[in-house]
Amino acid sequence: MIHQDSKVLLEIRGLRATVNGIEILKGIDLTVRSGEVHAIMGTNGSGKSTLAKVLAGHNAYQVTGGSITFEGHNLFDLEPEERARAGLFLAFQYPIEIPGVSNSHFLRLAYNTVQAQHGKDELDPLEFEDFVREKMKLLDMNPDFLDRGVNEGFSGGEKKRNEILQMALLEPRLAILDETDSGLDIDALRIVTNGVNKLATKDNAIVLVTHYQRMLNYIVPDFVHVMQAGRIIKTGGKELALDLETRGYDWVGAEHRAAVEAEAEA
Amino acid sequence: MSMVTSSSYLESLLQGQPQLPPSPLAWFNQLRASAVDRAGTLKLPTTRDEDWRFTDISPLAKLSFQPARAVSTLQAADVEGFYLDEAAIRLVFVDGAYMPQFSTQPDKARDLGLTVTDLSSTAVSSHGTVIEPHLGRHAGFQDNLFAALNTAFLHDGALVVAPRNAAVDAPVHVLFIATQPEVASHPRCLLIAESGSAVTIVEDYVTLQEGAYVTNAVTEIVLEGNAQVNHVRIQRDSPQAFHIGHCAVSLAHASRYRSVSVALGARISRYDLNARLAAEGAECAIDGLALISGRQLADTHTCIDHAQPNGISRQLHKCIVDGAAHAVFNGKIMVRSGAQCTDSTQSSRNLLLSAKARVDTKPQLEIFADDVKCAHGATVGQLDIEELFYLKSRGLSEIAARNLLTYAFGAEIIDRIPVASLKQRLERTVFEQTKRS
Ligand SMILES: Nc1ncnc2c1ncn2[C@@H]1O[C@H](COP(=O)(O)OP(=O)(O)O)[C@@H](O)[C@H]1O
Ligand SMILES: [Mg+2]
Repeated sequence: MIHQDSKVLLEIRGLRATVNGIEILKGIDLTVRSGEVHAIMGTNGSGKSTLAKVLAGHNAYQVTGGSITFEGHNLFDLEPEERARAGLFLAFQYPIEIPGVSNSHFLRLAYNTVQAQHGKDELDPLEFEDFVREKMKLLDMNPDFLDRGVNEGFSGGEKKRNEILQMALLEPRLAILDETDSGLDIDALRIVTNGVNKLATKDNAIVLVTHYQRMLNYIVPDFVHVMQAGRIIKTGGKELALDLETRGYDWVGAEHRAAVEAEAEA
Repeated sequence: MSMVTSSSYLESLLQGQPQLPPSPLAWFNQLRASAVDRAGTLKLPTTRDEDWRFTDISPLAKLSFQPARAVSTLQAADVEGFYLDEAAIRLVFVDGAYMPQFSTQPDKARDLGLTVTDLSSTAVSSHGTVIEPHLGRHAGFQDNLFAALNTAFLHDGALVVAPRNAAVDAPVHVLFIATQPEVASHPRCLLIAESGSAVTIVEDYVTLQEGAYVTNAVTEIVLEGNAQVNHVRIQRDSPQAFHIGHCAVSLAHASRYRSVSVALGARISRYDLNARLAAEGAECAIDGLALISGRQLADTHTCIDHAQPNGISRQLHKCIVDGAAHAVFNGKIMVRSGAQCTDSTQSSRNLLLSAKARVDTKPQLEIFADDVKCAHGATVGQLDIEELFYLKSRGLSEIAARNLLTYAFGAEIIDRIPVASLKQRLERTVFEQTKRS
């Protein structure tokens, strides 16, 4: 929801990034205010996950230009764990399996680390068990997943639920959900998006990365951005997603090229 | 400690042999005497010996170790911390000497249907007929100086006999406590699992001091037909200690041997485990973990000898190496020509936590049968970058993330220990140890 007195959470200006020396992000501008829901759409390979990973601080990606401010901090000054503790959360497109680390142990460590950051009390294993089980109900998750290794042997959909469970535990200021809809059947999509909606408040913000409009029926965006070849080439309201659904992405690219040419001629 | 040369080192060791009380059993005295003779002719192995290529024990030869003195001052409170809740029976040895006051009484074992006693000369005579076919027969000392020395010093030790069809869940805890620096001790265990019996033994080497000493242990385990043995071996000797361990296991038909060995301590440690699947349908699972740092060296040599058909062996050996430590694993799988339909897998997985850490791992397959299934593999790696990033993206510090992943790597082995309290204790130890590094 767009509010009158909302404050800027995230400000990306002219962001450029490379991986293995290849430029993937070629000048991204994006402003996200508290209370807002943004959708970033675009074809495969347009750089959406790269943007998400750069925000989370993955060191495989080199930032070569631009700036990112998160809640007034220069994001580049913060390590990945500091970003997480400052309230930035990435739900991974491909969550990692970590055999041997029990999911409940991992979730509790993450929860307690972020709690400690906010000067709040940590929960012992028993207290946490009760707490996390409540959160799991929200996502219709079987408590058995607590006893397994982190994402170990989880189906695609189960991994995505586990990501949103982490979001529910950590209550981030800014959550970036990278293709959280993929791998979810229609019932699961309803449950997971319903869970996300319950977590949305006027003080936090959500950036949804997807290339289908499907999820946006459940989590209604305030802004829709189209990404192509490392740039945001169009921004609109929620109706833009519907347009993309019926007309595909090609026309946006064509429109963008025409605009760039017109600018060059002028 | 004084400096001596290699040969005088052996002399001093053998001369230091206390006047062991002779046994009324002639064969026992003979066994010891031939071991003394043999030890006199064998040399300390050097890195020129293929079996000791990576493990330089010359520092051992530079020290002279005395036989342990009798300890009188030790109180129960000093050693209770090492006890295991689940253990119904406990044998405690201090610097190699049996301590009846810390051990459970033999009638307790009898109530459970086991014979558990020390290997003193009286015990040896009362169980002579059971022991004679096995003691010193499985862990041969013809080519093994350390086994010869151990046998030469044989006067105390643990004897566990599970009679026919006896099944005891509660583990037998054999606890070897080192309390004196600059001494050599020669712990000895003999476990006989008669046909159809099931028993769990925990062989536990601990210390109450940080000095240099030598533990030279030999264990023999005999599984008769259909017997099942769980064998847990924990080596937590002092960071300055030398630990040489040798275990020989003999498996009769359809018997099942499972072992988990964990090496945490000692400046230099070497553990040889030889399992011989001597009859059809025998099965063994042999897992190991070495967790070392600083300048430690931990060498594990295993040999699984499939001598008869339809045997199964499973092996997972892991090393976690930090600092400038060095881990060695040599895993030999022998499938003899008669051992058709053998099914064997071996995996060596190694985690290097620092640039100076080193591991040498060598699977060694010698297969002389044609209808067999044998798979083996070895990996050496560092912590996974993507796993680290995932944990950090949830707020865990670099150190916490590294510890958690390191711990998980080791926990896979520790989880296989069938004694809950020991498992928890080791998990804590591993967690503390990885935390420090
Ligand atoms: N770690 C990497 N190594 C090499 N190429 C990469 C890496 N990550 C992303 N890329 C490349 O960057 C481009 C954008 O990828 P990505 O950000 O995953 O796109 P999207 O999420 O929009 O599908 C693709 O061409 C991809 O192959
Ligand atoms: Mg992607």
